[in-house]
Parts: sequence; C-alpha cells; structure tokens
Amino acid sequence: MTDVANRTPEARRDPLTLRLAVRDIGGITRRNLLRIIRTPQLLFMSVVQPTIILLLFRYVLGGAIRVPGLDYVDYVVPGIFLEAVLIGGMTTALALAQDLQAGIVDRFRSLPMTRPAYLAGRTLADICRSVLALACIIGLGLLVGFRFHNSAWACLAGVALIIAFGYAFTWVYAAIGLAVKDPQTAQMTSILPMFILFFASSALVPVSTMPGWLQPFAQNQPATVTIDAVRALFEGGPVFHDLWQAALWCAGIFAVFLAISLNLYRKATA
Amino acid sequence: MNAAVEVEGVTKRFGGTLALDDVSFSVPQGDILALLGPNGAGKTTLIRVLTTLLAADSGRAQVAGLDVRKDARAVRSVIGLAGQYATVDELLTGRENLELIGLLYHLDKAIYRDRAQDALERMSLTGAGDNRVKTYSGGMRRRLDLAASLIGRPPVLFLDEPTTGLDPRTRNDLWQFITDLVADGTTVLLTTQYMEEAEHLAQAIVVLDAGRIAAQGTADELKDQLGGNLLEVQVTRRADLEKAASLIAGLASAPPQLDAGLNRVTLPVKGGARVLIAAGRALDDAGVQLEDLGIRRPSLDDVFLALTGHPAVPGDDGAAPFSPGSGQ
Repeated sequence: MTDVANRTPEARRDPLTLRLAVRDIGGITRRNLLRIIRTPQLLFMSVVQPTIILLLFRYVLGGAIRVPGLDYVDYVVPGIFLEAVLIGGMTTALALAQDLQAGIVDRFRSLPMTRPAYLAGRTLADICRSVLALACIIGLGLLVGFRFHNSAWACLAGVALIIAFGYAFTWVYAAIGLAVKDPQTAQMTSILPMFILFFASSALVPVSTMPGWLQPFAQNQPATVTIDAVRALFEGGPVFHDLWQAALWCAGIFAVFLAISLNLYRKATA
Repeated sequence: MNAAVEVEGVTKRFGGTLALDDVSFSVPQGDILALLGPNGAGKTTLIRVLTTLLAADSGRAQVAGLDVRKDARAVRSVIGLAGQYATVDELLTGRENLELIGLLYHLDKAIYRDRAQDALERMSLTGAGDNRVKTYSGGMRRRLDLAASLIGRPPVLFLDEPTTGLDPRTRNDLWQFITDLVADGTTVLLTTQYMEEAEHLAQAIVVLDAGRIAAQGTADELKDQLGGNLLEVQVTRRADLEKAASLIAGLASAPPQLDAGLNRVTLPVKGGARVLIAAGRALDDAGVQLEDLGIRRPSLDDVFLALTGHPAVPGDDGAAPFSPGSGQ
C-alpha cells in the first residue's frame, strides 16, 4: 500500500487460461472444504440421516417387505447409498444462500477470478463431503448384512455412478440456493425434490407395488433408473438399459442446471 | 489528468422505482469522493454498477479508463471493494481470508502470502491472524474486510458505508487509514450517511437523494449554496416565536424554519454582522425577549435539509452493524 511503484495498476486483459481457472477452482474448493471440516456437526448430520433411514428399513420395516429375487438388505442398501449423496447436496443450496446473504458472493463477483470457479469449487467440495458420507454408509451397510455380489469393477462402476448422480444433483441444489437466496428457504425448498425423488422411486420398494398413476413417474425418474443400474452393478443382472438411461439423466441434469446456475450467479444479488 | 472514476448519465430502474436517475460525476485520480445520502438514496446501487456487480439500464461508467460493462473483468483487476457488512468468511482465519482473495486476484503465491502478512500487521491483526474470524470483534472484522479489499493493491477503492456501526475510536482509525491510502495515490469512492465523515474525508461530495444528484461540490461549495450563513434566534416565550419569524423574515434569502420545541427560528441569510445587528434591533424594538441570538456557518446537515427537504441521518441508526441487510 505504500509502495506505489510495486502496484499493478495495469488492468489485466490477459485471457483467462485453463491454468488460472483450475487454480481458482482449487482455491474456492479448499475454502469450502475448510468450512466443512470446521463445522463437524453438519458433517455428522449428513451421515446420521441416511444411517437412520438405513436402520429403519433394515430392521424396523424391512421384515415386512418382500422383493422377488433378492434379500431385502441387498435391495434397499444401494438405494440408501444414493440417498446419502442426494441429501448431502442439500447443503449446497444452504451454503450458497448463506454466501449470498453474507455478501461473500458480492466480494467474489467483484474479483478478477474466473466466475464459474465459485460454483465449481462449491459443488466439488460438497461432493467430497458426500463421498465421505457415502463411505461411512457403505461401511455401515456391510455391517448390517449388505454384500456386493458382482465383480470388483462392476461394483466400482456402481459407486462411480452414485457419485456422478450426486454431483449432477449438487447443481440442482446450487440453482435452488441461488434462486431462493434465503438460507432457511433454501433448506426447506431443497427437501422437496429430495423427498419426491427418493420416496417415489425403487429405492425402498419395487415400483410395481405402487398405485398405477404413480408408476409411470416412479419408473422413469432419474433416481429409480440410477438405483436400478447401481443395484444391477452390485448384485448382477441386466444392467445396460438402466445404465444408459441413468447416464443420460446425469448428463442432462448436469448440463441444464449448470447453465441455470451460471446464469443466476452472473446476475446474483443478495 | 484522467479521472479515476467517470460516471455519465447512469440510470437504473428496479421495477417501478428509479434507483438511479441520470447520475453523472467524476473522481480525479488520488481523490476521495463521498456519496452522501440517506438509506435508499441509491448509493449502494451506484457502487454495485461501478464494481461490475450490476448492469445499469443506460449511461456510461468508466473506472481507471475502463468501461464497466465492456471491460468488466479488467475493471475487476483494478478495483477493491469493502462493504457495509464485513464480507469475510467467519470459519476461515484472517490470514486464510486474505490469502484466498490474493489467489483470486491471480497473484503469485509468494506475493499474496507476503501481502497477507503485511496487511495483518498494518491492520494490527497480527496476533489474531491465525484465529477464525468468528472470534473477531466488529472493528477487527471491518479492518480485515478493508485489508482484503487492498490485497490486490487496487488503484481505485470502493467503500460502501465503511464506518457504519463502528465505535468512534475504530472509526477514527479507519479514517486515518483511508487518508493514508490516498496519500499513496489511491482513489477512493465511499458512501456514507454521515455528514461529518464526508466533510472530514472527502475532497468532493455528491449528495444523492432518491436516485438523483441533489448537489455536488466541496463541503464549502455546498454550504455556499445555502446563501452563506444561518441566523438563529431563540426566544424566551413560545408565544413570540411566530412574531420573531415575521420580524426577521425580510432579512432572509429563503423562508425561515421554526422549531417550536427549542423556541428557535433559523434563517438562511446573505450577510454577517450587519444582519445580526438588524435582527437584534428589530426584535428588541418589538419587545421580543431573546434567549439567544447568533449567526453561524451552515453545517452539511443544514445543506442536506435545504436540498432534500428531509434530514440526512435517520434519527435511530441502532441497527446491528453486522446483520446482513437487504441492500438498496
């Protein structure tokens, strides 16, 4: 501040390189990971919630549910894995709304950084948290009797698909957070898609047991096709049909909500 | 000399409200300009336009010779912004906050580390640099926020109500710091609701009211717009108030203002001692008992009242300093 000579008053018109973009994303991701580590209670909650659902359906309700061709534990646990990453994304909406309200978004938007890096850094940090929660829930699943019955590669592909689905959905939550702007509203609003997608899917019971009017939606919505593909990858069985549908859903959701989020961020005001 | 900030006919509408109405002014390099106005006058909106956060509907704005719309990213590399609400991350340490901002200004790691350390020292935050911001006092947050806006060593600095909610001592420290910055060649555009702040810091003042520029100039120029001085008459008996006002009305350059609570008549006048004597004689001859009679230079508050028809500072400004606000 004293050494005027050392200033850089020339505006930087140099093009934004990929290297700078990666560096910006790294900086923002690190910031968000530090925030996640420093709020362990939130991290804890993102594990507790799927744990409760898992234990509830494994031990309390599971006894009453029969599914053809599979032990119920092998049926339901892959669904809970997906729920673990889906619920983790809710914190994306909350965190963005908090940043907006605190004026942090204004500060970042006034910097010469690569603008999309702010959102990329947010979603990457959140998917890291989800992966951690997922690891815990996989451990717990194995503990309560869930088993992988397919090849290691197929099982890894299944886990990768869950993470891809989770990442695509963090962009849905990002759009929600940027659109509603208020942290509490963001939290309430993002519960809704989570509930609809998780409960009206094949995660807990086969779609064929649902009422006729619900079946077309439940059978074709992204959570169902992803869970069916993951289940087939873990337990064996025909996978191709569900897998390409799931991949298409993930890619589509990612592309659409990435565009919506970037547009909302560009015009963001608290 | 080139102007560091050049605003020409900037207009911004939010729905039916005209937030900025044909605003034009410029800030010479190395000056402090204060945007003065009450809440809702459009100060923050204007800062947002100039810092590329918001696009104006029409008009042109340049910062350091760069168009804020066409050259937005280049503008961002030559400005610093510190807000009314300390926009630092509570869960990070002071140093982590500064280093992150430095990284996002695309500075080299060695440079932003040095600068973060330097800024912590300068802002007397060295001891707290590695504590989380959550543990900082309001004044410390504000200093850190200002330090963050300076990490890129920006030649043009925007400060949105930098001292709102600060205690007088912290405020004075901040004023000193801003004055030092300008001595180094930085241009500062700040918004304030406080006359005292504008008068103390700024070479030029732009008075904003309901999105329009009500007046601009130096503090003295603004005061001269009132026609010179203010004659103040305080009567002993309330009943004499109207009578006193009508007796001295002939001396005025504008209608008198009556304050029934203080039994006082205030009158903008052109002359000095002669007016005072004439007023004293007229009032004495009429048998009006006086508590006080005097002539004084108008304050900026008087100017604001005369220009806009309402006082500048809201009576109660007790809002929590760091609660997030809705902006303007």
